[in-house]
Amino acid sequence: MTNPVLSVTNLSTHFFTRDGVVKAVDGVSFDLARGEIMGLVGESGSGKTVTGFSLLGLVDAPGRIVDGSVKLNGTELTTLSEKELRTRRGREISMIFQDPIATLNPMLTIGQQMRMAIDAHERLSSRAAHARAAELLTQVGIPSAAVRLRAYPHEFSGGMRQRVAIAIALLHRPTVIVADEPTTALDVSIQAQILHQMRDLARETGTAMIWISHDLAVVSSLASKLAVMYAGRIVEQGPTANLLRDPRHPYTAGLIASLPSTAKPGTPLTQIPGATPSLLSLPPGCPFEPRCDYATSKCGTDPEITLKDSRGWRCFHPIGQNAEVPT
Amino acid sequence: MSEFIVVNNVSRLFGPNLSTGEKIATKLGAKVETRSVRAVSDVTFSIRKGETLGLVGESGCGKSTLGRMLAGILPPTSGTVTLDGKPLMERGIKVTTRVQTVFQDPFASLDPRMKVGETVAEGPIAHGLTTKSEARRYVGEWFERVGLDPVWGDRYPHQFSGGQRQRIAIARALAMQPDVLICDEPVASLDVSIQAQIINLFLKLTKDLELTTVFISHDLSVVQHISDRVAVMYLGRIVELGPVAEVFGMPAHPYTSALFDSVPKLVLDADELVHFDTIKGEVPSPLSPPSGCYYHPRCPLASETCQESQPIIQPVSDLRAVACHHFKAQLDIRVND
Repeated sequence: MTNPVLSVTNLSTHFFTRDGVVKAVDGVSFDLARGEIMGLVGESGSGKTVTGFSLLGLVDAPGRIVDGSVKLNGTELTTLSEKELRTRRGREISMIFQDPIATLNPMLTIGQQMRMAIDAHERLSSRAAHARAAELLTQVGIPSAAVRLRAYPHEFSGGMRQRVAIAIALLHRPTVIVADEPTTALDVSIQAQILHQMRDLARETGTAMIWISHDLAVVSSLASKLAVMYAGRIVEQGPTANLLRDPRHPYTAGLIASLPSTAKPGTPLTQIPGATPSLLSLPPGCPFEPRCDYATSKCGTDPEITLKDSRGWRCFHPIGQNAEVPT
Repeated sequence: MSEFIVVNNVSRLFGPNLSTGEKIATKLGAKVETRSVRAVSDVTFSIRKGETLGLVGESGCGKSTLGRMLAGILPPTSGTVTLDGKPLMERGIKVTTRVQTVFQDPFASLDPRMKVGETVAEGPIAHGLTTKSEARRYVGEWFERVGLDPVWGDRYPHQFSGGQRQRIAIARALAMQPDVLICDEPVASLDVSIQAQIINLFLKLTKDLELTTVFISHDLSVVQHISDRVAVMYLGRIVELGPVAEVFGMPAHPYTSALFDSVPKLVLDADELVHFDTIKGEVPSPLSPPSGCYYHPRCPLASETCQESQPIIQPVSDLRAVACHHFKAQLDIRVND
């Protein structure tokens, strides 16, 4: 791979609660190249959102990054002060959240909010700032942008609000955007429009993206590579189509098989037994072991990540790999 | 053919709640804003015994409102809903226990201060399906049927996960021994692996108990998986109705076709990214719907006729119906694809 713009190594974020230590993110590593879109998938509580927050240094007490490194354009972010981080957030790395109602200020017009975001990092004349804001609104598919800048968030539909949030994230042409389930709350027809636009924007602007989602189908049509999270770790990663067609980790395989679209109508779906474990009382060894059909006594110890070609997996019994005996 | 549930020309309006003063003022001829939203308008269809009907559409299309009218929770503004020839509601009050509902959010639909066993027992005791002394055993049986440990009846809702709560909500509905189950997005808030468990439970129970089911969902792949027939709604109207395989395989309405194309598909075949066919624009406000066909501003097949006259729903074949002036052209597109 060419020089990655974002390089995450062994990132661990723990929450020190009264009930014990919650290892929300536990040794996550990945690289992201310019303009690349990576899908970060997993179920609720798998640590995908906390991973996103950790990249921007947005983890609040009782949480803390306890280990690992996040390098953005060669700069280590985890050791920066809050003041230094603020100069980078929004300019080099920005985030889009699931709920655009919560991210936009209801008391300010869209134009005022975009102006504030511009002023945070650049000195622009009023006119130039207005032009930049209008240009970005147009780019994310908001018609008559100059007029819409004077509107308040409540005058926009859910889909349009999310477009505004995306436009704000793009204002400074950041190197990386972390998008946390930005289309989950939207209707499918609007979701399709936004996915389509995001893909084009990443290609045109060279902005790399981490697309956090629980929906395999959404990321499969958007991302060029995937990382699957379970209980705070990346259990499998690789090029999207390759990984989905030929999953190595039993959890990934189970997720794909449980989708209604992969089964014959009316037949029972393949189900993963049990539920995701509480991160407070993780059993030693592989966290997926209690739900796994392939588990053996070996799984009582924690598997390291196996890297092969462009694929990676954390499992002692990867699917379809047993025939190949390593020499 | 036995028509079990018959929905005849049902509409539901939601208007502003007028104060007493405003009501008197309107009676006296004053102009008060009384604009109302037609959440469901002129819907007619029937459901056969033992069938699962999927109800799909985007937010605001009226699918939940229609579901609530089918469940006998909400009286229609006009039109009737009958079950086995008898009305579900009389003077705005539900008069049957044969229809039960499972809601989307299992966090909101269970009383946090009641033990879940008591919640499930409440209805059956009130309607004489069991007695207070027998309730424990009765509820235990339903708990087992939905895959819960009967001893969990003594716990409170907060002690359960989302998937388990949805099982409790299903047990509560089924303990009333209904003939009809209305499910409003029952798996939408669940994780994929849990969703599969609930769908499987649902498939098994509807078959074992011979339930007639209406399954409301925005997730087309779930509906496709479990339904016999599907009704597609847009801005309060049913635009297409028919057997799942036919409607999804060869949509007769341009909206159905576009909706289906918008659903992200799992890309497994190639290392190339898929092309999205997106529907342009957004759903118009139901307060001021467009003239003619409600879908015409977004429709690639729209003509002048579509701007002027509203298409009525008409049969395409024995089992299918569609509300579109150009359904023949739409079917041809799919043939040529």
